Amino acid sequence: MASPLLEVTGLSKSFPGVKALDAVDLTVRPGEIHALMGENGAGKSTLIKLVTGVFPRDAGETRLEGRTIAPKSPREAESLGISTVYQEVNLIPHLSVAENICLGRQPIWLGTIRWSAIRRRALAALARLEIALDVNRQLSSYSIAIQQMVAIARALDISAKLLILDEPTSSLDKTEVKELFGKLRKLREDGLGIIFITHFLEQVYEISDLITVLRNGRRVGCFATRELPRIELVSHMIGKAVHQVEALEQKRASTATIRSDAPLLEARALGKKGSVQPLDLSIRPGEVVGLAGLLGSGRTETARLLFGVDRPDHGTILIKDRVAKFKTPRAAIRHRIALTPEDRKVAGIIPSLTVRENIILALQASRGSWRQLPVNEQEKLADRFIQSLDIKTPSREQIVRNLSGGNQQKVLLARWLATEPKLFILDEPTRGIDVGAKAEVERLIQSLRQEGLAVLFISSELEEIVRQSQRVVILRDRRKVDELAEGEISEEAIVESIASHSVERPVA
Amino acid sequence: MIDWFSDLLFWIVFGAILFSLRRQRIFWTVGALALLLLFNQFFTPGFFHIQVLDGHLYGSRLDVLNQGAKVMLLSLGMVLVIATGGVDLSVGAVMAIAAAVSSRLLETEHLPAGIAIAAGLAVSILAGAWNGLLVAGFGIQPIVATLVLMVAGRGVAQLITEGQIINFHDPTMVYLGNGHLFGLPFTLTLVLVMLLIAHFFVRRTALGLFIESVGDNDEASLYSGINAKQVKFLVYTFSGFCAGLAGLVACSNIRSADANNIGLYLELDAILAVVVGGTSLQGGRFYLVGAVVGGLFIQTLTTTLYARNVSSDISPVPKALVIIAVCLFQSELFRKRLAQCLRPLGRFLRPITSRLPHNIVPDARHEAPKS
Repeated sequence: MASPLLEVTGLSKSFPGVKALDAVDLTVRPGEIHALMGENGAGKSTLIKLVTGVFPRDAGETRLEGRTIAPKSPREAESLGISTVYQEVNLIPHLSVAENICLGRQPIWLGTIRWSAIRRRALAALARLEIALDVNRQLSSYSIAIQQMVAIARALDISAKLLILDEPTSSLDKTEVKELFGKLRKLREDGLGIIFITHFLEQVYEISDLITVLRNGRRVGCFATRELPRIELVSHMIGKAVHQVEALEQKRASTATIRSDAPLLEARALGKKGSVQPLDLSIRPGEVVGLAGLLGSGRTETARLLFGVDRPDHGTILIKDRVAKFKTPRAAIRHRIALTPEDRKVAGIIPSLTVRENIILALQASRGSWRQLPVNEQEKLADRFIQSLDIKTPSREQIVRNLSGGNQQKVLLARWLATEPKLFILDEPTRGIDVGAKAEVERLIQSLRQEGLAVLFISSELEEIVRQSQRVVILRDRRKVDELAEGEISEEAIVESIASHSVERPVA
Repeated sequence: MIDWFSDLLFWIVFGAILFSLRRQRIFWTVGALALLLLFNQFFTPGFFHIQVLDGHLYGSRLDVLNQGAKVMLLSLGMVLVIATGGVDLSVGAVMAIAAAVSSRLLETEHLPAGIAIAAGLAVSILAGAWNGLLVAGFGIQPIVATLVLMVAGRGVAQLITEGQIINFHDPTMVYLGNGHLFGLPFTLTLVLVMLLIAHFFVRRTALGLFIESVGDNDEASLYSGINAKQVKFLVYTFSGFCAGLAGLVACSNIRSADANNIGLYLELDAILAVVVGGTSLQGGRFYLVGAVVGGLFIQTLTTTLYARNVSSDISPVPKALVIIAVCLFQSELFRKRLAQCLRPLGRFLRPITSRLPHNIVPDARHEAPKS
């Protein structure tokens, strides 16, 4: 075996209140594609950012070709031979391909830029990937896939030894991914070491030689891809051994509350290109439907389609057997649908408004500008929810920004409960909130179900899904792969379903 | 003797207002105005002199109210636009258009003053709606969208006046900017009425909540079902209307419509007034009264500089310095740092700073490191 290209030993990093990375080891050899796997928050990005000098590390050592290195910036890491391509294409769309490839390291002669040299270097970098492009054209005139290639070419321009790809495939379609993988294999033959981060299991099995799994900032282990069954990989990632999953006692909610078999909402072949493949989904009143799948499997995208944030380009939504078209969330809200978004900060709270204002916002929006809720009613409503959801705030006039995450989440729940919805879509309602608040949110979901609401419950925590749902829909790689009915729901079944090949989808 | 007594009365009332606002966000704006007036009380002879002529009051402070009406009107519209996270650069040009339309109809077409005024205002509402359409309908960045009319608007006004300066003597038009009501300049009544109307629309309906919500978090507002486009369209339209009123007052002041100079650079004064009034340019929480007091402050500053014979060429420099100081003092962070620097004085300052409103610094969004 070749001597290691990159050796990371005992790397640790703490952020205020969190141990993001705890004594992690990683070894990458030349001519190897090494996948870094783990759920969100496992420490993958932190590890990359320590290696490339974005953050200073707390402890540990990094060696490149046997020499200890400690880059203080990504630029320094680049000059040492470690290049990174990030998830979002980090290029400048309005500049030419050549400018993008050489940006920040333009060849300069007598204080002026040597354009001919820039073009030559850009062509050389692209040639290494066997791509022919017009390097004078504006970058944005090319597809995202090509832009991704340009980003890689840019990374290769400096004599790179180690290439780090952080979710390079999340915005590519199947054929584009295939093409990218072809290039990566070629680079592997050239003797480059490649670290590959993705949420797509299929892709890991297709391209990588080794897999290092991280969980909660710790290294679970490094495995040869060929010898690691999928189900074991998933159980390593979520931290439950397969036999443990079986042994878990299942506290399950019953279906007793389902009032009728007629679905409240039914999606038929609902899909959007680049978001989710067409899928069927139905939710009955008094039922909690769990939406399970790894991150990036299309759960949030499904919720966005159902709530009118994104417009589907395929299929229909039926509300009580009548076709409903949602162009905006307003339209969905008129049909008594509510959604608490996955990202509370971005799409949820209005940070500088008060608790009261945040709670009444959706109700007021549905009433329009002119029929303002009388102030005393606003106060009553706010007080009622502060009490019933046990929102910890000094007063209803507190600015929401100053509340803890769990209490902000409760304010959001209150905002939607105030509109008395019939279907409540909860996208990761328990993420980032403490254990007590989690239990309260779960209890709330059950009491809503008993009142006859339909709930679509999205969560990364399988125990929650199992505990809460009467039915579980499983997504993988942006398509529905399975649906588990009442008697079949267990963590093991979900894990298996996520990990297994589906009949309808051969490996690309 | 009478002057001495009226000054005392003025300061007692002003002091009482300031004291009652000590916990409010607008304390700093009113406080800055008080400091400026205090400076004039002692160092600018005649600034506090008030005369009664024909039952009307005259004096520098009333000049400030009358002259400041334009900026105060503009800042009423501007503060709502800024609260949605936008800005309206076209208000100066819209002033010129409204003035041109009204004067032309009055003088060249010989229409009654009522119709001329209504037409001027209607055109300014249209101009505002145009901005609203570009921003809300087509999603153009507010600076760019309103820059279009800022640049083109004066050309439009020139076309309407056919390149002439139109003089008029119609008593109704002249009254707008020079008349007196209850012994006070009519413009003061105009500003107060507009303030009340604006206050009614934003605080007695849910519009204010929606404006703040859209300005604070656009995406979350969308998820909550707020019709952000409608909200944005309305604020730009209202801003256009305010600009039209200001334009009529401006041409009435000088009894002529000069398309080149009416409202020139006033959009900048209006933006400053909003900022001095405590509203962040990032959008979100806004302070209607603060913006109007901010406009008054800026006019007081301008008049002070005139009264002290500072040449108009260099007067922007002291003006800028004072405005920077006011903005700095609104920042809690700055007050804290200052208290730290002046540690011996700190013991005296801290009780004051800690008691004052604290939601002032646009907070650095704490981004938790993603892993």
